[in-house]
Amino acid sequence: MDLGAANFKDNVGKALADDKLQNAMTETGPRFIYKRTKAREALPEFDQLRDQARDIKDHVLDHLDIYLETYEAKVKATGGYVHWAETPDDARAAVLDICRKANARMVTKGKSMISEEIDLNQHLEANGITPVETDLGEYIIQLRNERPSHIIAPAVHLTRDQVEADFRRVHTHLDPKRDLTEIPALVEEARAVLRQKYLTADVGITGANFLIAETGTSIIVTNEGNGDLTQTLPKVHIVLASIEKLVPTLEDATTILRVLARSATGQDFSNYTTFSTGGRRPGDPDGPVEYHVILLDNGRTNVLGTEFQDMLRCIRCGACLNHCPVYNAVGGHAYGWVYPGPIGSVVTPALIGIENAKHLPNASTFCGRCEEVCPMRIPIPKMLRHWREKEFERHLQPTSMRWGLGLWAWMAKRPKLYRKATALAARVLANQAFGKGRLKKVPLASGWTEFRDMPAPQGKTFHQLWKERRS
Amino acid sequence: MSARETILGRVRAKLPKGPEGARREAVELHMAQHPRNLIPARGQGDIDHRIRVFTEMMLAVGGTVEIIDDINEVPHHVAVYLRDGNLPAVVRRGSDPLLAKLPWHRGGTLEVTEGPAVDADRASISHAFAGVAESGTIVQISGPENPTTLNFLPEAHIVVLESAALFASYEEAWSKLRNSMGEGNMPRTVNMISGPSRTADIEQTIVRPAHGPKNMHVIIVR
Repeated sequence: MDLGAANFKDNVGKALADDKLQNAMTETGPRFIYKRTKAREALPEFDQLRDQARDIKDHVLDHLDIYLETYEAKVKATGGYVHWAETPDDARAAVLDICRKANARMVTKGKSMISEEIDLNQHLEANGITPVETDLGEYIIQLRNERPSHIIAPAVHLTRDQVEADFRRVHTHLDPKRDLTEIPALVEEARAVLRQKYLTADVGITGANFLIAETGTSIIVTNEGNGDLTQTLPKVHIVLASIEKLVPTLEDATTILRVLARSATGQDFSNYTTFSTGGRRPGDPDGPVEYHVILLDNGRTNVLGTEFQDMLRCIRCGACLNHCPVYNAVGGHAYGWVYPGPIGSVVTPALIGIENAKHLPNASTFCGRCEEVCPMRIPIPKMLRHWREKEFERHLQPTSMRWGLGLWAWMAKRPKLYRKATALAARVLANQAFGKGRLKKVPLASGWTEFRDMPAPQGKTFHQLWKERRS
Repeated sequence: MSARETILGRVRAKLPKGPEGARREAVELHMAQHPRNLIPARGQGDIDHRIRVFTEMMLAVGGTVEIIDDINEVPHHVAVYLRDGNLPAVVRRGSDPLLAKLPWHRGGTLEVTEGPAVDADRASISHAFAGVAESGTIVQISGPENPTTLNFLPEAHIVVLESAALFASYEEAWSKLRNSMGEGNMPRTVNMISGPSRTADIEQTIVRPAHGPKNMHVIIVR
């Protein structure tokens, strides 16, 4: 597990200086926002559906033990297997065991964040099994040995010319003079390369957007159809899911699906929404013979019943990333682990520990757009504040910040001194601006003034104005 | 203790305390009743409305639609579609009884093969279990009648959708499924398909196809 999540500050510096990344982010960021807005406007019931989606998940979380048991029983009844995994180690071992029993040498993979969370690819490779990512974005970043930089658009940080260079580097069996200047040519090449992989893979591994307790069903949602080829052609299908993916019924899954694609890509519905229940039935001429589900906890049960429980409603649509000014400025890799953006800053400390994710709760301007667009109405800013409190309690903040806050608190408890000091500071700073209203340098505030001018205080302090207006 | 017991134990320790029987009852009742939540108005209306909305939505996602009155005309329309798309006059189908009894000779030189799709197949035809107007979505269920691979491997996927199975919402498709398979039972795979395969993974630029069919053509039989 790389714990770059603790290096957010350094990562940000690098991201801001990376011209290619900045180009990619400037191009794509606004498109996501535009598409979601259009989809939302086209469905008058959208916000009501969000309320219902939230209520469904809350109900599930309050009855999670019963839903898990019910789901497991149903999967077994339909001929599938459920493997419970407390830790990433357990999950990796379970997957490897299934692959070994199937004598697997190559496995195809649909997009799965749980796979990232448990670092499955490295584990399979270390054990002589070749994993092949089939979602185009995931395929690209696998070639680059990178993590996804976005939950639903893993290669959003890359530009076309970077992808071309990677394809030329890896697809050496193809004509070096072929024309790859247009994006469709790149897609066509990936299609041809991956088609052969689907047909020869021994095991197909997918994630799960939802698990349905009523029927023992797992759901995947894709636009490419890669998840379907991955799970339909090999003889074994493994589903990677975490325990909070449960929903009660087909109807409940349907309601949440109505808000998922709209929030994610601005589509009314994804191209392929697939419901899988067990392995091949008598008479089935295709489909996997074996069907396995890995049910991962990895710290989620620690979140239940706490002030952070609401994060378990997340359906990984990525809307909060798309609307976040911080994410759009620095991209997903700066967050240093699997889940980037606002929801990542909430989830990462919960899963790998706040001590390994410090700074992430501060990667927010608290503008509130993440909560505003969240289809599951997760109060992300509130939870970031809770994490900041934990950081403070555990002395994880930088010394300068603790000192600053300590000094401020000392002053704030002495109102007379506070008023005098602020009035003096305001006067001094106003003088320093020489009537220009801007300050190019302020002692102890170079972090601000290195990049922009500080507006100079003008006239009276807030306290003085307040007093005047009340009298 | 097994991982299962550990995880369930932790969940139970964290959940709000309440009488165990009442909690179980609440879950069982909800699953038995599987109530419908809010259904958007968009797809709801008579068959003309549903066909109109379905067509609009399917075209918007890059699929094509034609509406015919006589199911026996399907072979002719399939032949024309393949010809116009510069595809060989060969189409793969499953053992679906409705498709099996169509007068395929009316497709001229059209050759019909039966079974699951193979990589070399250029075109397939399925009989839709349902259609959903709301988002221009086709619902397919797995099995020998309409094998799942028909939906994904060939370049062109043709779907026959009877107007009686063209519903306003997904929920009606679920009702049909519950009626045909019994409560709580599912086929191995249910595929909801809304248009041909696409990707936007490079610079957010939409390209069709990605890994699945390049074209999806729905023939609605009134």
